[in-house]
Amino acid sequence: MTTLVQIADVSKSFGADVHALCDITAAVEPGTITGLVGPDGAGKTTLMRLMTGLMMPDNGTISVFGLDTKHDAERIQASVGYMPQRFGLYEDLKVRENLELYADLRGLPAGERAAVFARLLNFTGLALFTERLAGRLSGGMKQKLGLACAMVQTPKLLLLDEPSVGVDPISRRELWRMIEELAGQDIGVLWSTSYLDEAEKCDRVILLNEGTMVFCGKPAEMTERVAGRVVRLTNIQGRRRKLLATTLGLAGVVDGVIQGSSIRLVLKAGMDTEDIKRVLSEKSDIVDIEPAAPRFEDAFVDHLGGGPGGYSKLAEAMAIVADRGQPVIEARGLCKKFGDFVAAQDMTFSIPRGEIFGLLGPNGAGKSTTFKMLCGLLPPTSGEGRVAGFDLGRARADARGRLGYMAQKFSLYGDLSVLQNLEFFAGVYGLGRAERKRQIDAMTDAFDFKSHLKASTRELPLGFKQRLALACAVMHGPEALFLDEPTSGVDPITRREFWTHINGLVERGVSVLVTTHFMEEAEYCDRIALIYQGRRIANGSPDELKAQAATPSLPDPTLEDAFIAMVEASDADAAAA
Amino acid sequence: MANLAVRRFAALLRKESLQIVRDPSSILIAVVLPLILLFLFGYGISLDATRVKIGIAIESNSAPANALASAFRISPYFDAVGARDRRELESEMVAGRLKGIVVIPAEFGENFARSPETATIQIIADGSNPNTARFVTNYARGVWGNWQRQMLAETGGREALVRTEARVWFNPELKSRYFLVPGSIAIVMTLIGTLLTALVVAREWERGTMEAMMATPVGVLQLLAGKLIPYYVLALASMSVCTIIATLLFDVPMRGSVFALFVIATAFLFPALGQGLLISAVTKNQFVAAQAALLSGFLPAMLLSGFIFEIDSMPVVIQWISYIVPARYLIPCLQTVFLAGDIWSLFLPNIGQMLLIGSVLFVAAVRNTRKRLD
Repeated sequence: MTTLVQIADVSKSFGADVHALCDITAAVEPGTITGLVGPDGAGKTTLMRLMTGLMMPDNGTISVFGLDTKHDAERIQASVGYMPQRFGLYEDLKVRENLELYADLRGLPAGERAAVFARLLNFTGLALFTERLAGRLSGGMKQKLGLACAMVQTPKLLLLDEPSVGVDPISRRELWRMIEELAGQDIGVLWSTSYLDEAEKCDRVILLNEGTMVFCGKPAEMTERVAGRVVRLTNIQGRRRKLLATTLGLAGVVDGVIQGSSIRLVLKAGMDTEDIKRVLSEKSDIVDIEPAAPRFEDAFVDHLGGGPGGYSKLAEAMAIVADRGQPVIEARGLCKKFGDFVAAQDMTFSIPRGEIFGLLGPNGAGKSTTFKMLCGLLPPTSGEGRVAGFDLGRARADARGRLGYMAQKFSLYGDLSVLQNLEFFAGVYGLGRAERKRQIDAMTDAFDFKSHLKASTRELPLGFKQRLALACAVMHGPEALFLDEPTSGVDPITRREFWTHINGLVERGVSVLVTTHFMEEAEYCDRIALIYQGRRIANGSPDELKAQAATPSLPDPTLEDAFIAMVEASDADAAAA
Repeated sequence: MANLAVRRFAALLRKESLQIVRDPSSILIAVVLPLILLFLFGYGISLDATRVKIGIAIESNSAPANALASAFRISPYFDAVGARDRRELESEMVAGRLKGIVVIPAEFGENFARSPETATIQIIADGSNPNTARFVTNYARGVWGNWQRQMLAETGGREALVRTEARVWFNPELKSRYFLVPGSIAIVMTLIGTLLTALVVAREWERGTMEAMMATPVGVLQLLAGKLIPYYVLALASMSVCTIIATLLFDVPMRGSVFALFVIATAFLFPALGQGLLISAVTKNQFVAAQAALLSGFLPAMLLSGFIFEIDSMPVVIQWISYIVPARYLIPCLQTVFLAGDIWSLFLPNIGQMLLIGSVLFVAAVRNTRKRLD
């Protein structure tokens, strides 16, 4: 078997300052799935474009099928299937018309067409939707159609740029099944992703971070590096967030995250479980320590030099939220209809002081609708929502003054400087002059903004934008914090830093409502509502949900397993009814 | 291989046509907008000052004064309101309800009896709209002159020795509609050729479909031609609709041949489409592309083409700029083909100019659309 893609010492810059890729050397083999893994801005898309010959490297060479991309781009393109990040579908063409277009462009003989289309439609489960406009498909179906279009003429190499973004876990699993089938047919697949859990499913991984290659090889080799150093703390008495902050402060701990009611720790090399047990028993309550399976993400964080620690300067600067003895966020029978379409139905839950509540569900399930009704952005058709005791129907402005909102995409003003953004949001929330100055100083101190105050927000690195967005959302000391998919696409260090702040704020009494389809993030929640087709199909703590989905064949399911099991059960109920 | 290329090209054409049919915005720009423009220029905007509202201050109580006043009243150009004193009318003019005042002074009767040629009246025009003001003064002079001659003839006096008579060729009734409607066809073709083309190509960049296309074996020239031909056909179709409406509904004569009209339109669409392609290749963003197309395509076609403002009366620098506006060469061709006939000696140099500008734009567009993303 000959190597499909050979990347040798490749560098690529845009302008003088942006070094997208530095000295990358890697290969893609036929019949394997190679993961191109890394956070946003790591250089994944640039590397893929270089392989298609749509961009040229500044230094080094890339050869595909033994052809140099510099001279033979056309011949390479004839045998490469490429699915760009934004599908590359024509939204005003039907499913069938999109397929026909790509079949013609790729020169699929008319005689083979019927058979190929039937196979692809069957493969992707789109057979029933051939006459539907591509723009009307769900995110998962669009990805599948994009995949089908990239496959009309069975390519030798399939390049998929973030195919699992915006796709719910079920479709994601189906996509993987399809890709594994293709790899079995000797096609080389390059799958780019920012989800580190997907890296473990690949045969080989090219791990990028900020344009440099961190690792290239079998994912197990990477995971191996932290073998024996990952433990789980269970049976925690008292508040686990406080314990996490404490353990992260210990010298022997590299990384730690909350996982339902337990805590996952990665220990420093040479540290053994007994050491940490001894240290912990001196510092706080007795807990159980058991070894846990290492993950790719653990190894990545370890490679990056460990997590950011458990201390939140931000939380320290915030006042403690008084306990009113009533829920901070409350939904009572919230219902939203758009015409005949029921987007959300009978949403009832309440979030007490100092708790994190997660809305989990596939795209279009109704979690954003519910979320928007509760922060007063969307009036409900029926039912009522309350924030900090204020009815959103009657006292919307009062309620809004007590909540902080962080939107999915950074809703900051890119042309304003960091300081101007802080001043603007302080003004919007009506902080007085003295208070404004005090809060801006506190945020500058907590997030290390000092050297960036004058910098234009657009040019900040992703991690900094994330910090600024959080600073703008909490500057007015809200009792309730609304986070809409807060950390999708950011690197694991930034995500940990973000959750350290959130955990700290929750310890100060802030209540948090978060939407996510990122399972790691859901583990931080105290309770989760699983939303599917406008309804809540399950409710409980992450551990309870996992326990519900446990079967003899899968005794220790992940939250994703639980999620899929529950959605499938709901579908089965609907089919039976 | 040749067969493959043809199939690819046919697929691109089919895709583009389906998109045009399904996309409400292209129908809007290609059909609804031209209709609105035509009706605006055909009915709403007219550069003729028919039935301009003026006041007549008849301060002289004499037979000639009353006769002159009725001459103004029956004039098809004016809608005249009478009064005994000019002060009554002044406030009306200040309020904008009258565009001018004709004052027949108190001593008019005596003066006219003494010497009909030297009797004077006063014409006051509202200068806030210079066009209308010029019409008011010119037409009021005309009415006054005609009436004077008529009086002289009736009184059996000496007939004026020299009489001027203006005769306008091709558009004897001097209806501005006759040249506005062909002009609006130029605007419509600019909108489709430049604006719509720039938008649809930029949209492909924005939605990522261009990237997917580029990673297939399709060539750049095929990709561009697959975009151009459907919009060329769309622009011609839109022009045909405009022509039919112009001739049937607005009675614009069509003195030239349909063949000449299509040749002229084709020559114009060459630079218009090239400009649209160039804009989208450089901007790759629908919003910026729309701005650029309006500023560099629509506005010059409107203002610098001789469509509304005469090029000869523009400052020299602006006249120079107008030489690179393709619509400048289209407007005289269209006006000629509608109002005069097939005059190839006029068409050919203009067509040559349009093709020249088009070639420059096309070369620039192709150079800027490479199968590369960096």
